[in-house]
Order: sequence, then C-alpha cells, then structure tokens
Amino acid sequence: MKTLTAVLVLSLFFLSGCAPAPALRSDDGRAAPPRGTGDLGVVIERASGRVAIVDTTARSVLGRVDGLGDLSHASVVFSRDSRYAYVFGRDGGLTKVDLLLMRIDKRVMQAGNSIGGAISQDGRLVVAQNYQPGGIKVFDSATLELLSEVPTGSKVVGLADLPGQRFGYALFDAGEIWITDLADPRQPRTQKFAAGRQPYDGLATPDGRHYLAGLFGEDGISLLDTWRLDQGTRRILDNYGRGEEKLPVFKMPHLRGWAVAGNRAYLPAIGRHEVLVVDTTTWREVGRVAVKGQPVFVMARPDGRQIWVNFAFPDNGWVQVIDTLGGQVEKTLEPGKAILHMEFTPRGEEVWLSARDDNAVSVYDTASFTRKATLPAESPSGIFFTSRAHRIGF
Amino acid sequence: MPGAEPGPARQQELLHLVRQDCGSCHGMRLTGGLGLPLTPEALRDKPVEGLEATVYYGRPGTAMPPWKSILSEAEVHWIVQKLMTGFPNE
Repeated sequence: MKTLTAVLVLSLFFLSGCAPAPALRSDDGRAAPPRGTGDLGVVIERASGRVAIVDTTARSVLGRVDGLGDLSHASVVFSRDSRYAYVFGRDGGLTKVDLLLMRIDKRVMQAGNSIGGAISQDGRLVVAQNYQPGGIKVFDSATLELLSEVPTGSKVVGLADLPGQRFGYALFDAGEIWITDLADPRQPRTQKFAAGRQPYDGLATPDGRHYLAGLFGEDGISLLDTWRLDQGTRRILDNYGRGEEKLPVFKMPHLRGWAVAGNRAYLPAIGRHEVLVVDTTTWREVGRVAVKGQPVFVMARPDGRQIWVNFAFPDNGWVQVIDTLGGQVEKTLEPGKAILHMEFTPRGEEVWLSARDDNAVSVYDTASFTRKATLPAESPSGIFFTSRAHRIGF
Repeated sequence: MPGAEPGPARQQELLHLVRQDCGSCHGMRLTGGLGLPLTPEALRDKPVEGLEATVYYGRPGTAMPPWKSILSEAEVHWIVQKLMTGFPNE
C-alpha cells in the first residue's frame, strides 16, 4: 500500500509537470521557514511553455511552472512585492506566477499575438503590448481584470513604464511614439509623436526621463524628453550607417534601460558589427566599439563598468565584454550554443547566460570571467530576476 | 529552384533553424510576430516562386532579411514546401 501511494504521488508529480514547493514545505510536510524573493528569478523554457524558478544565491533551480502557452518571445515583469512574475507569451497569454508557491496564480488570454508588457510606477497596473490586434491593454495587477485598452492599428514595440503612471511605446508600422497616461486607468489619455521609419524597440532611461525608440527603417534613434513633451521628438545618431549598405539582420536587437552606464548610453547598431556610444547629457555620438557580430542585447553591468554584448544568428555563440573605461572589448567568451539572453545578479557580481542549443544556463563571475555554475534548462531564452521590480523601465 | 534535396542531417538543422531563428520574428509555432504567419493557411494562396524569392533575397523595405548567405536555393525550396504543407516539429 505504501508503495502504491508512493507510485501514485510520483505519477501525480510527473503528470502535473510542476515540482512541489520546496521553499514552503520540508519533506515531512511541516511548513518551511518563510523566505524573501529578492534573490529569485525566472528562466523561460521557451519550447516547453514553462518557466524555471531560480535562486541566484544558491545558483539553483527551485522548481518549474508549466502551462504558460507559446513562450516564443516571452518577457516578464515583477510585482512590486517581488512575489509574482507576470509572463507575457507570444500567443497573447498573460500569466501571473507565484514565485513562492510555484504555481499559476491567474492567467488570461488577452490578445492574438503579443510581445511583452510593463508594470506601472505604483505596481497596480500591468500593461500588455500587442501585435495582433495592435495596441496596449491595461490590467489590474492583483486580479488581471481588464481596465482599458488603447488600440493603435499598428504593432506595438518597446513598451516601458514612466514615472507618473505613464507608459511609452512605439508603433512599428505607423512610425510613432505614444505616451499614455493612466492616472485614471479606465480613461487612458494618449499623446502621439512622430518617430521615424519602423521603430523596432524602445527604452526608458533609468531615471524615467527620456524615451528612446530605435529605428529599423532608417539609421537613427528617436528621442523624447518626457519632462518636455511640448518639444516633441528629436533624432539622435542620425545616419550612423553613413550610407553604407547594412548587413542582413537575422534578429532584431532589444532595448531597455540597461543601455545606460553613467552618463553614456551603449546602443546596438542595426546591420553593423558595432555598439554605438552616446553621451546622455548632449545626446551626441561619442564613440563606437567594433564587435564580433550584430549586437542583440547590449547590457551594462549594474555598476556601469562593463557592457556585455551578445549577437544575432549566426554569431550567437559569442559574448563580448566592453570595458567602459577603455572603451574597447576586454573579453571575448564562447559560453555555449545560441546565447539568447543575459541577466545580471542584482549588483552585478555574476551574470546568467542562456545557451538555447545547449539546453543550459551558465553563471559567470563578471570580474574573473570564470564559470561558476551550469544549470540544465530546456531551450532557455529569457532570464529575469526580481531586482527588475524596482527599476524604472523594466 | 534547382539542386538536390538536403540530406537527413541538414534537414534536421533546417527544422531547427526555421523553428528557432525564423521563429524570432515569425514565432516558434510560426503563427507570426513582427513577421507574418507562416502556417499553411496563411501561405495557401501565395505563389511558391514568390515565397522562395522572399526567403532567398529578403524583402527590401521590410524586416525580412535575405537568407542566401545561409541557405542554398534547394534548401529554400525544401523549407517553403514544408511550410506550405505544415512545418514538422523538431
């Protein structure tokens, strides 16, 4: 009988596909001591519709939560209390995952084709950005009740939270930047600005003042000072390709506030093997760094001393590190096959890298560049740590 | 387009490439994203030659890059055929 029960329990465990919650229960069933979430995160296992919940102190996988749908291009934001991860799936699924109980708290299908989302300054609103139907949708972060929506008639990219319950985003097809004020979440108020041809992504600077939309259809970046909306957008890095034919772009770069280190922004060039450096006080180009391929993620370590860069297919086995003092690549790594994403621990002593085609996540020491751990993960893509909960634009 | 059908090992690589790397824009389930859906229903009324040319040469003015530095004409032909009849899983 005991054996039968054990078999039953084991089968249930495998059928459910979720690990029990080791954080909350010890083996004998007693409640485990309470724990915080500041060193937790999630890794997207994109082919399996599942996330792994990870602990960055223990460098371990605590458990997995599945049933999240199509995670082809999944992104995650965290609740203000850092307990919940909101996972935006490609199929329009929005799932609120409880990191402590390691289970789905709520889930809604909110669009046909989605690309990501953001959370408001006060943590009360979660906003999804959608390709189909194009627009943004506003949800109560506690209940996932739909509060309002702003149709755009265009694919939405680059959604970022801004101070004052506002959100900035860009319209790929329409070539505009929109700023939506959700002070009254049921009555959105939107202002529209010309951006340029085919914005592919956008970012808010770490102080939430400037919104930048990177352009695919022309060489340049559109900049909006959200303290001075009356001034409208201006173009920076105009014609950075200098009329040269760009290389085929096999993967669009991703922009976020991690571009900024000190008073400089490090931005991926489209169709060029370069990282572009801009002074964020004058917004003038102050340099370029030649790199191994077309950059996808160009991410400053939280202290701003290093910039880590990964690359588009077919150069996605490389990662390079730029020393911001010297302005040059100081280290070239081959951490695995198809490096899709990187995420720094909250203060940056380590970085986690997803190697999709190795089915592994690697943890590197950012000072010595030594590998500290390798964790198994099925076709991992995005890695998201709860420290994002308290950063503007994440 | 001319050329021999890719061998079994290369076919596996192509399945992976389409699902994972084309999937960056078209979705791993090929239901679309920044790029259009590549399901048989979405492609049904489109001429095969046009689809092959789109993959091989890209579509200027859009985000679709030319794949001719990565894929041969025969490989493009094989991929388009598979897309039109329902792309296999890896």
